[in-house]
Amino acid sequence: MNAPLSIDKLLPALDHHHLDHLEEEAIFILREVAASFERPALLFSGGKDSCVVLRLAEKAFKQRVRGNQFEGRLPFPLLHVDTGHNFPEVIEFRDRRVAEMGERLVVGHLDDSIARGTVRLAHELESRNGHQTVALLEAIEAHRFDALIGGARRDEEKARAKERIFSHRDGFGQWLPKEQRPELWTLFNTRHRPGEHFRSFPISNWTELDVWLYVARENIPLPGLYFAHQREVIRRKGLLVPVTAVTSVQAGETIETAQVRFRTVGDMTCTCPVESDAANAAEIVAETLTVTVSERGATRMDDRTSDSSMERRKKEGYF
Amino acid sequence: MSAVLSPAVAAPTSRALRFLTAGSVDDGKSTLIGRLLFDSRAILADQLDALERRAAGEPIDLSLLTDGLEAEREQGITIDVAFRYFATRARKFIIADAPGHEQYTRNMVTAAAGSDAAVVLVDVTKLDWKTRPVALLAQTRRHALLAHLLRVPNLVFAINKLDAVDAPGAAFAAVSAALRAFAVEAGLAVGAIVPVSALRGDNVTQAASGEWQAWYDGPSLLQVLESLPAADESHEGPLAVPLQYIAKEGDGTGHQPRTLWGRIAQGHVRAGDHIQVFPSGERAQVVALRRAGENVAEAEAGQSAGLVLDRQLDVSRGDWIGAPGTLAATQRFAATLAWLDTEPAAIGRKYWLRHGNRWVQGRISAIEHVLDIHTLAPTDAHQLAVNEIGRVIVETQQPLPLQPYADNRVGGALIVVDPTSNRTSGALLVDHVSQ
Repeated sequence: MNAPLSIDKLLPALDHHHLDHLEEEAIFILREVAASFERPALLFSGGKDSCVVLRLAEKAFKQRVRGNQFEGRLPFPLLHVDTGHNFPEVIEFRDRRVAEMGERLVVGHLDDSIARGTVRLAHELESRNGHQTVALLEAIEAHRFDALIGGARRDEEKARAKERIFSHRDGFGQWLPKEQRPELWTLFNTRHRPGEHFRSFPISNWTELDVWLYVARENIPLPGLYFAHQREVIRRKGLLVPVTAVTSVQAGETIETAQVRFRTVGDMTCTCPVESDAANAAEIVAETLTVTVSERGATRMDDRTSDSSMERRKKEGYF
Repeated sequence: MSAVLSPAVAAPTSRALRFLTAGSVDDGKSTLIGRLLFDSRAILADQLDALERRAAGEPIDLSLLTDGLEAEREQGITIDVAFRYFATRARKFIIADAPGHEQYTRNMVTAAAGSDAAVVLVDVTKLDWKTRPVALLAQTRRHALLAHLLRVPNLVFAINKLDAVDAPGAAFAAVSAALRAFAVEAGLAVGAIVPVSALRGDNVTQAASGEWQAWYDGPSLLQVLESLPAADESHEGPLAVPLQYIAKEGDGTGHQPRTLWGRIAQGHVRAGDHIQVFPSGERAQVVALRRAGENVAEAEAGQSAGLVLDRQLDVSRGDWIGAPGTLAATQRFAATLAWLDTEPAAIGRKYWLRHGNRWVQGRISAIEHVLDIHTLAPTDAHQLAVNEIGRVIVETQQPLPLQPYADNRVGGALIVVDPTSNRTSGALLVDHVSQ
């Protein structure tokens, strides 16, 4: 067996200047949020995109001591909407990182919304992904956040490709795609009325490959789920469905153990891994260069329903 | 285990080239973009599957890849600017895909702001290329003139659908001659004129082959894009930094020395440099420089730098830091105004203007003329309606350190925001300043 692949073997694809430019843009956007809003928060789920945004925020507002250690504090809290169906190892990672960094984490629990009656599940094991919107908007209202920083990328999905970097939300948290403000140069228009808020996306212009290159270059810690591991799965409609506490195994389905990794990490009921031997970020870069299925297509059951499923959820106030 | 990185290898073309594409769906613009994404493998199998399901046996409609909103698919038109990404071994690209219809000029303005190049599609099947001189479509003239007016540095014409004419070589020659004549007449600098068939993929990413070689031996469209220069940051000239963020005391970062953060608009800064604050005029010396969590000795245009000064000054976001004696105050200037709001621009009304990181109140004191969008001929006007472009005189409530847009993009660009609706209503490009 060959030695593990490291990033320097992938140099033709690795472009430091390109990453530097993307980093520069993202840091500018993060400082813009801190300077333009009264009560911003950074969405942090433990997912890879939010881990990248968090590292960019550390670079924007803190001073590096050594390696992955920065001193100082972010000028905003972190916010996570916990569906109650998150992978336990991701929640454990989230809490460990928050403690290591000494940052403040606000958690909005979907279970609280269910208890309040603002979310009603059709059945016990229904995917909670779409319902996150309610818990998210409730957290925004409770904490009077006026800007949320998210890790969404324009290359993820067609509706996201039209999203602004500073995206306005009305008093109901709704996105009105036809009313989007033109976004010219970096002269962001962050003016808004009380009760309205903004979503801001510092890594809008990054691709999945850029994210992995940056994770490798900056040595950013991620939950173990992102790297190859053994996991029980069911093959269903071309997807590998992970067997978890909330998976209903249907008649005729067999459970098998496969070598897999997750490309996205979300609600346990709608996030699927892909078969892979990639054990570090560099090997994932190599795989990403040869991949033939899009990130959401390979892993998300919720985006497969229709051409407009993401747009519909976004209009309602989704991330 | 951690990945080990080699030291940075600098390449002159390493910044992504951002280009806008202008043309309507009929011109095959979406097909061309689909082709660039498809051939560079930026479209993946499941996205292709979704298209094949929709096509139900008909040829795949690559435009469905770019029209992302429900209303766009319903109406079969592109409404909003979409950003697309692809990469070759030589370069990374960002496409700002702007709808071509006249009523969506505002989207072309959005796409053009900050783009390095414009690719204007010319549909050869819509032209009577056998008659000399060939009459170009109004739309082609409008797109090229808009790109010129918005100071997009590189202009490329892609003559499309050459697979659908009987003598492609003659058609290409005739239309090219017409484009060149138009460019001379209008004072446009044309980077390249390239023949393509987006539908078949001819000369898009692969150099011309077969019969086309008899009449074309130039580069493919992709080769042209790979070789275009990205708009340069203004490394030359005296230092100019619009201050973006000043860490407040007591927010947790206050134990660090007060650091003034801003993205350098022009020039470079080193520890030890003497600077002057605009508008206060106070002077100080830079004692330390930071960048992205590290201490650095120098920072240059395009980079965000944190300046620590040798004394405590009264500075805030929106102020500028510059080389002493270089930032001049302006409260009245002439500018090109592209109007983007359905409510027309009115003389005398107060608007919010954003220049650099400062919001100021301002008003249009005069409209010198509005430009005919097809010919750029100036005509008199009392207001500017949506999608119109004109030349105006602007007055601001506070002084700004403006520069002509042609000299520096940061110093010469402003947005106009309606104080009632908060909509982004206009884009201003400074032509010249009077002190």
